[in-house]
Amino acid sequence: MNANKALKSLFIAVPMLTLAACSSNQGAEEAVDQQTNQQQQEQQQQEQSGVDVGAVERQKTPEEIRAEKVAELRQENTIFFAFDDSRISSEYAQVLAAHADFLVQNPGVTVTIEGHCDERGTPEYNIALGERRAKAVAQYLQNLGVSSSQVTTVSYGEEKPLINASNNDAYAKNRRGVLVY
Amino acid sequence: MTKLKVFFITVCALMVGLTGVAQAKLEIVITEGINTARPIAVVPFEWKGTGPKPDGLSEVVAADLMRSGKFNPIPLTAMPQRPSSSPQVDYTEWASLGVEALLVGTIAPDGLDRYTVSFEIIDVLRGQITSGTQVLQNGQLVTSQDHILDARTSVISGDQFRQYSHRISDIFYETLTGQRGAFMTRIAYVTVNHNSEKPYELVVADYDGFNERVLLRSPEPLMSPSWSPDGNKLAYVSFENKKPQIFIQDIYTRAREQMTDFPGINSSPVFSPDGKNLAMVLSKDGNPELYVMEIATKRVRRVTNHHAIDTEPSWSPDGNSLIFTSERGGRPQLYSVNLSAGQVRRLTFEGEQNLGGTFSPDGKQVIMVNRTQGNYHIARQDYPNGSMQILTQTALDESPSLAPNGSMVIYSTTHNNQQVLALVSVDGRFKARLPTREGEVKSPSWSPFLR
Repeated sequence: MNANKALKSLFIAVPMLTLAACSSNQGAEEAVDQQTNQQQQEQQQQEQSGVDVGAVERQKTPEEIRAEKVAELRQENTIFFAFDDSRISSEYAQVLAAHADFLVQNPGVTVTIEGHCDERGTPEYNIALGERRAKAVAQYLQNLGVSSSQVTTVSYGEEKPLINASNNDAYAKNRRGVLVY
Repeated sequence: MTKLKVFFITVCALMVGLTGVAQAKLEIVITEGINTARPIAVVPFEWKGTGPKPDGLSEVVAADLMRSGKFNPIPLTAMPQRPSSSPQVDYTEWASLGVEALLVGTIAPDGLDRYTVSFEIIDVLRGQITSGTQVLQNGQLVTSQDHILDARTSVISGDQFRQYSHRISDIFYETLTGQRGAFMTRIAYVTVNHNSEKPYELVVADYDGFNERVLLRSPEPLMSPSWSPDGNKLAYVSFENKKPQIFIQDIYTRAREQMTDFPGINSSPVFSPDGKNLAMVLSKDGNPELYVMEIATKRVRRVTNHHAIDTEPSWSPDGNSLIFTSERGGRPQLYSVNLSAGQVRRLTFEGEQNLGGTFSPDGKQVIMVNRTQGNYHIARQDYPNGSMQILTQTALDESPSLAPNGSMVIYSTTHNNQQVLALVSVDGRFKARLPTREGEVKSPSWSPFLR
């Protein structure tokens, strides 16, 4: 509680200090700061009249919560692979399910899945390996009901590394499948 | 096995000794094997004209011969004399240095921007024994010329010095090794500069890195350049349309033809020895398989049929079969397929993986990328069977390509976290690195003989 109070007073103190700084510094900067000043003044007035204004968070429907979560998961569009391997680790199940949901609900949307490799092995062999990875992701989505016409694959092999270095950390980041909408 | 003493002699350093540094885009750092090369001397040619000497000729020849891994041209400062023709040579002096052969010559003006270049290749040891002795020839007593292995005179123009230097190197090399020289050749390669708006470039240069020309600059990856047997065209893969497609480009006219646009992989184009067909890898029918396309009609014929990855075709010199990388045995290994019978045979068994196989010009050996204990090195194996020899000790070696005379392999490797090109002789004794300026250099492809 004490900490909360201290924090509150800081909220007041900081804008006031800023305001003081602004008023003593008349000129070109004033116009820029005007909007900020107004907001600060409103806040100040509320504080001076001694009222606290609150709000209740609107209850989200389960659909909305789910949609938000799916949208959040869809921000994640990269799946990483083990060396010389095209199996999809179970840790990506949720992410891929979110993408599949979205694609099933939006049959007009298409996605390109890029397959990438680390630099070990020959470039031409890695093109084949990259395709296998991209296809593994495509197959996974199709198993979740996505139409095959919505999914295309392209392998870049080792040609487009995410991290341009020759060490195990870089390799792990470069062995990936990327969903591009 | 005792490792050969590692030498770090740059041609640049040598050239400083030879006076007149010619700037090379791909300068060379010899990392091993100069101690096994034959000591020779490339004496600066005598300029018989007035005014400044047209320079560069003997420097280019010396650099060529050193880069071949077969010869070690001694520095200028070590030369006891500077003869320009055989009668001036003090054989005892040169022999005491262990120098086996000399290249001497003259350059004389021959009209406006025309020059007469004469040279002699002299066997020092034979010269020591027979020079000046009288021998009976066609019933006449003449001075023995046995020690002069070759002597020629040509008239060239001012802009032909570099090319003619490579010609002299070719003659010298063939005279002393019995094998055709590969100094009048080119290499194609891909450079990647991640800071550039168009990071990917397809580049062609003389084999020594001079006369670099960018044939294509792209925002998307370029891969697998490969020469037509006449040296006029390159086949390669471009992702310019956000997917891999095979193109053939004329290196002189810039004419460019798109050969494939199949769904999935379009990869590894390689011209057949007769130039009429293109072997390639397509995954249009499900997974990566070898195909042969007739260039004139663009009709493709499927060669392999297996659910595992099949890729990286290379033609046998007779054009009757392909070797390729396949995962059909579990891990990538090299196989051969007979084009008429379709018969497939496994070639490699040593190491965890063998990839990227390519035939030597005589078809008797295969150069490949071998993976043993996680390390990728260039290796050589007799064809169709024999034991394997690892040739390199560098890191992440790939994309081996042989000089058309079969003496040297150019390949891509990693040095200081950067992809660079390197050379290794087919016997594994000579090793050199071709450092680069900014960015990565990869996928080298050595041209056929150009002439």
